[in-house]
Amino acid sequence: MLRNITIGQYLAGNSVIHNLDPRMKIIITIMMITALFFIDSFLGYALFFLAVIIIVYLSRIPPIRILRGLKPVLFLVMLTLILHVFFTKGGDLIWRWGFISIESEGLYTGFFMVTRILLLVVFTSLLTLTTSPLELTDGIEYLLGPLKRIGVPASELAMMMTIALRFIPTLLEEADKIMKAQMARGADFESGNIVKRARNLIPLLVPLFISAFRRADDLALAMESRCYHGGEGRTRLYELKIGIRDFIALGLSIILSLIFIIF
Amino acid sequence: MLIELKNVSHIYDDGQVTEALRNINLTIREREFIGLVGHTGSGKSTLVQLLNGLIKPSTGTITIDGLNITEGKTSLLGIRRKIGLVFQYPEHQLFEETIYGDVAFGPRNLQLEEEEVEIRVREALELVGLDYEEFKDRSPFNLSGGQQRKVAIAGVLAMKPEVLILDEPSAGLDPQGRQQLINLLEYLYEEKGMTIILVSHRMEEIARLSNRVIVMSEGEIIFDDRPEKVFSEVERIRQLGLDLPEITEILWRLNKKGLQVRTDLFSLTEAVEEISKELRGAEPC
Ligand SMILES: Nc1ncnc2c1ncn2[C@@H]1O[C@H](COP(=O)(O)OP(=O)(O)OP(=O)(O)O)[C@@H](O)[C@H]1O
Ligand SMILES: [Mg+2]
Repeated sequence: MLRNITIGQYLAGNSVIHNLDPRMKIIITIMMITALFFIDSFLGYALFFLAVIIIVYLSRIPPIRILRGLKPVLFLVMLTLILHVFFTKGGDLIWRWGFISIESEGLYTGFFMVTRILLLVVFTSLLTLTTSPLELTDGIEYLLGPLKRIGVPASELAMMMTIALRFIPTLLEEADKIMKAQMARGADFESGNIVKRARNLIPLLVPLFISAFRRADDLALAMESRCYHGGEGRTRLYELKIGIRDFIALGLSIILSLIFIIF
Repeated sequence: MLIELKNVSHIYDDGQVTEALRNINLTIREREFIGLVGHTGSGKSTLVQLLNGLIKPSTGTITIDGLNITEGKTSLLGIRRKIGLVFQYPEHQLFEETIYGDVAFGPRNLQLEEEEVEIRVREALELVGLDYEEFKDRSPFNLSGGQQRKVAIAGVLAMKPEVLILDEPSAGLDPQGRQQLINLLEYLYEEKGMTIILVSHRMEEIARLSNRVIVMSEGEIIFDDRPEKVFSEVERIRQLGLDLPEITEILWRLNKKGLQVRTDLFSLTEAVEEISKELRGAEPC
């Protein structure tokens, strides 16, 4: 039951998009998202959308996965739409009932904002769908590299993220197991009021914490016995390599961004 | 107590689909001691979890004492009182401050009177060989791994199940701990009249204790028969990636070398007798 929760939404694959360098993908995403805010016409959005479609096609991600990723922002989208439609005034009067009125400006801005939010979410989810959490961490570590000089512990942060990502599924699995074991002893995790339910979680949480600490201990020992001493001078198994296609991707997105910003 | 599985299949679906059990038909009767074996990932743990309603089968029905537990309405607490399940590494589920509290967790969930709870805790601890007065107020976390496992098993025994299912209870125990566990299971079966289902990779345990062996592979039941029958299928057992009991192994090898010994014996004394009988009959060398 708990296993269903996946961390991030990475969909393994071997497409051109998947194989781009994560650093480049992060930079491109930031650039495109920034450019998105400069778009001031639906024509621009159409162009942006076309770019999204091409990327989706190249990455071979089933479009349904992307739509599913929009579910969490549905509420925000509806709220934005409603607020703008009813409260932004200007333009022609379209509909009126008592003191409630809808004017064309509101309708236009509402849909404009909603499109922006949707494209924003879709574009970022393209990054997380095609880049594994580990690659993302690697990419972030590199990009934060220059900040090490001013004391940002980039390597340590990356290591922490990596470890957390590595152990979340393990802990979920463990939680599932402990839950079943306690249920076999008649524990009830599903009924009762809030206070009772919280109390009922003790038989799950105590063993879970104990096991997390045990794992942390083991891991620390294992890392130490392999001479881990912080991020300084660490080499990696898979070196990130920037290739020609990364520059092509970068070039294309720079051109696109400029188009959005200038027009 | 009668457990019946009809055409039971189970599919795990978490992004990636695993068909853990395929069309299982199985009847478990009272007073059976079943050894459940199979290679890693063959579906043993899935099967035992189905038996006490922790997971629901994807298709098929499971009835326990005539009660269909695959239907939504049945009381699972009633089933869990009848069928006790000891998970693999059960010591990982300890959580109370005292051993007493932890063993009492199950009985309390059954809404028993505190007096009855105390009687059961005492009995369960004595069963697993831990002195009640000495251990009841100690923290379960200061015990050795083997003792922790005993406490965890006591926690299930205190619910007084009619059927006891153990998923690899001897994994990680030392020889002495394993022997104690075997003795306990023998006692529960012989003296307490429990029905027992033992999942294990140690064929010696299975051969010695069980009177019915179920061999699983890839989510299906391959053999379901008396141990001497099952372990006579030497080639098949090996093919399935399983061991033979040590004694069977020796007898079988002797047999292959030309010594006419029976291969369906599981106790050391019987095997020694059989071999020396055969040797005496052979030509002196
Ligand atoms: N909670 C789960 N979610 C998804 N798949 C699972 C889950 N539990 C088991 N599986 C899968 O179902 C199959 C059967 O697993 P099961 O745990 O029943 O095997 P097993 O016979 O107990 O193996 P072992 O001897 O290693 O304990 C395996 O392929 C396993 O990967
Ligand atoms: Mg198992």
